[in-house]
Amino acid sequence: MAMRLWASSMANALGVSRAVAGAPLHPPFAFSRCFSSVLEGLKYSASHEWVKNDGGVATVGITDHAQDHLGDVVFVDLTDPGAAVSKGDSFGSVESVKATSSVDSPVSGEIVEINTKLKETPGLVNSSPYEDGWMIKVKLSDPSELDSLLDPAKYTEHCEAEDAAH
Amino acid sequence: MAVSHAKNGSLPLMNLVRTTAFPIINQLHLEEKLLRTSSENWCIINDGTVDSAIVMGVSGKLSDLVETRSVLRDRIPVVRRFSGGGTVVVGKGTIFVTFICNKDAVPGLQPYPCPIMSWTARLYAKALHDVVDFSLRENDYVFGDRKFGGNAQSITRARWLHHTSFLWDYDARNMRYLKHPPRAPKYRSSRRHEEFLCPMKGFLSSSSDFVDRTVASIEDHFSLRQVELGAVTDSPAAAGYTQSTKLLTEEELKASVESETEV
Repeated sequence: MAMRLWASSMANALGVSRAVAGAPLHPPFAFSRCFSSVLEGLKYSASHEWVKNDGGVATVGITDHAQDHLGDVVFVDLTDPGAAVSKGDSFGSVESVKATSSVDSPVSGEIVEINTKLKETPGLVNSSPYEDGWMIKVKLSDPSELDSLLDPAKYTEHCEAEDAAH
Repeated sequence: MAVSHAKNGSLPLMNLVRTTAFPIINQLHLEEKLLRTSSENWCIINDGTVDSAIVMGVSGKLSDLVETRSVLRDRIPVVRRFSGGGTVVVGKGTIFVTFICNKDAVPGLQPYPCPIMSWTARLYAKALHDVVDFSLRENDYVFGDRKFGGNAQSITRARWLHHTSFLWDYDARNMRYLKHPPRAPKYRSSRRHEEFLCPMKGFLSSSSDFVDRTVASIEDHFSLRQVELGAVTDSPAAAGYTQSTKLLTEEELKASVESETEV
């Protein structure tokens, strides 16, 4: 059964910087065309999740672009640790602005940990999407799946193209 | 991803199911099934559900939102739906309109909560263009500063659903089953339900008039194909689909009462 996380809402923090390679995860303020931060060292899915691989265990969350478009996150529902997940499958959902939105795993494997802080503070998804707002950790069953994900430059192009089309 | 197109190719196809007195729990089961297993666009319009019921959003906490003792005493069903949003009391005076669409069904519409909400608001604004003061206010449909329709959504990777419960008319006594929610729009200004809500019956000649207007507005965007409710409900459930909408049990309601007592 999916873990139910209760929460109170937090203000939506709009990230507006683009990090450079090697920079800390709190990059200096700078404008980018898409007005959302995209960090080096991560891989990205077209559905706006990010992945950071650390020795075969991947941390997954949603991007700054995604949290900005979703609005204030007030509830996060994540699949329990121990469950298997396949690339493209949902591992949970977030609630914002009266909507539940599914979050999909960019990689396959076993969920080994979920972010329990999101139970009381779901707004971390908005205020710190790449750090404190991480969602799950996956022990990878096929690390080669990372090769098909977008690098930061390609993901930035994807976001800009998506926003321009609407 | 499949996109349904009308035979003439000009507007995408949408299946329209128009019914009355369909129980809300059955409607929500159908909606969730269509969202998760269909590749077509759907509009479901249900003019009034059979009996009164309380419908909570996916994250709603019973003790915060519902007068559970009264609900138990009066045996009012409580449903937890799969979409977000708040808690409503529905009944025979409620008109339900639901859109279930592929991500690319509406050209230029981003599948996120606010754009979808704005698109539906424009659709209803067209339907109610001669009704004074209709607007979307903090995600509610209002006449002036009084709410007449509540919205909720569920968005998946490839599809989105937006459903609305419109207050054609309601029994004010049913509002006693609802607590003042901990999360409320600012424009509500702490008003009680009776001062905050507004029935539509004072603005239109009949509920079917509203439905007809809505259908006409939908036809600006989709080519509609009428589908009988039985054809959809009788279709077999898709494999691998797990339904999350559920009717809360008496035990769950009692447990909520006990938790309030302990506090």
